[in-house]
Amino acid sequence: MNTYYDPRDLARFAEIGEDAPEVAKRFFDYYQAVFAEGELTEREKALIALAVAHAVQCPYCIDAYTTACLEKGSNRAEMTEAIHVACAIRGGASLVHGVQMRNICRKVSL
Amino acid sequence: MNSFLRNLAVHRLQLTRERATTLQVNVGRLCNLACRHCHVDAGPARNEVMDRQTMEAVIDFARRNSFAVIDITGGAPELVPGIAYLLDQAAALAPTVMMRSNLLALAERSADNIPELCRRRKITIVASFPSTNRGQTEAQRGSGVWEKSIAMRKKLNEAGYGVPGTGLNLFLVSNPAGAFLPVDQCAAEKKFRADLARKWGIRFTGLFTFANMPLGRFKIWLEQSGNYAPYMEKLAASFNPATVAGLMCRSLINVSWDGCLYDCDFNMAAGLPYSGSPVHISEVPEAGEGIPVATGDHCLACTAGAGFT
Ligand code: SF4
Repeated sequence: MNTYYDPRDLARFAEIGEDAPEVAKRFFDYYQAVFAEGELTEREKALIALAVAHAVQCPYCIDAYTTACLEKGSNRAEMTEAIHVACAIRGGASLVHGVQMRNICRKVSL
Repeated sequence: MNSFLRNLAVHRLQLTRERATTLQVNVGRLCNLACRHCHVDAGPARNEVMDRQTMEAVIDFARRNSFAVIDITGGAPELVPGIAYLLDQAAALAPTVMMRSNLLALAERSADNIPELCRRRKITIVASFPSTNRGQTEAQRGSGVWEKSIAMRKKLNEAGYGVPGTGLNLFLVSNPAGAFLPVDQCAAEKKFRADLARKWGIRFTGLFTFANMPLGRFKIWLEQSGNYAPYMEKLAASFNPATVAGLMCRSLINVSWDGCLYDCDFNMAAGLPYSGSPVHISEVPEAGEGIPVATGDHCLACTAGAGFT
């Protein structure tokens, strides 16, 4: 292997349960329940997952939720807008910390 | 044994013909478009179209059997010379007659009154609409298609198509714009209905979501783009035995532009004839029951997930 990420590893996710089956089972059951249709549709949940996948920059999740979004009926424009939401929140989160910088500046400056 | 039959065997299932209630007529490979997912490889350069004599044999066959549905497909049926004769005759022989259309060809045939004939004979129009996104639609169907197809949909609405109470049905068909599975039909219909009404004021009767068949031009694209093996694996992994009882090939008989019979349009594209060897519609009094359906690997697209036929 000459990279840290191998697309084939995504299909091996369940192996994570081999040395800790109880917690893995709980995690995967929970995961399944989270993505089931509820107040939000499966399509909407997949779009949120796609946006979060970009925020946490997980290539496995980006791969899985790009296909999931398409198969749940989102189009490319909607998926692109979802990523912009992630980008705006990530960028905004950095920028809003600038207020802290300004507070500290003010405190230590003449 | 193909991979579809292997899946049937694992689940101890068989696929045999029952009474045919739908006659599907593929009137030819001529089309004004050359969509990249087309399983019959239709296009403007194709000249295989059904002639009048074959149309008469089809009408005789429909008269001998009583079909609930006659489904006219292509290529673009509107472009076939003599299509008005076939539509008119068919409309008198089955309670439901439908014509598949890419809508651009229908717009081109406005001057010849094909849309008016469809309206008068209450022929259901089944129109392709892969995505509510222009880029994805045009990636599948060709550039410049979007505006014209939206305009034709509005015209059909104005003529009463897709409007409740008129008896004029306009169904939309959405095939995935790529190597992935189709959206759940109910969820997609809800979303298309809301999006089309909000953005373009378009109404329609219902939506079908169909998987792309690994045949014809789509198969070539799958192979060239390195998607063939993963797509076939995905179809096989999504095999749903519950879909087998409702597969359309049990109750549909397909006749191609040259009069030969098939269990479905996909088998026609794959060259797998009804009953195992080529037979002309004029030689068969009625579609037989209990005959095994001819199958291939492509059948896995009919049984993936919720299935679609
Ligand atoms: S491709 Fe045709 S024969 Fe095969 S399962 Fe689908 S409808 Fe039946």
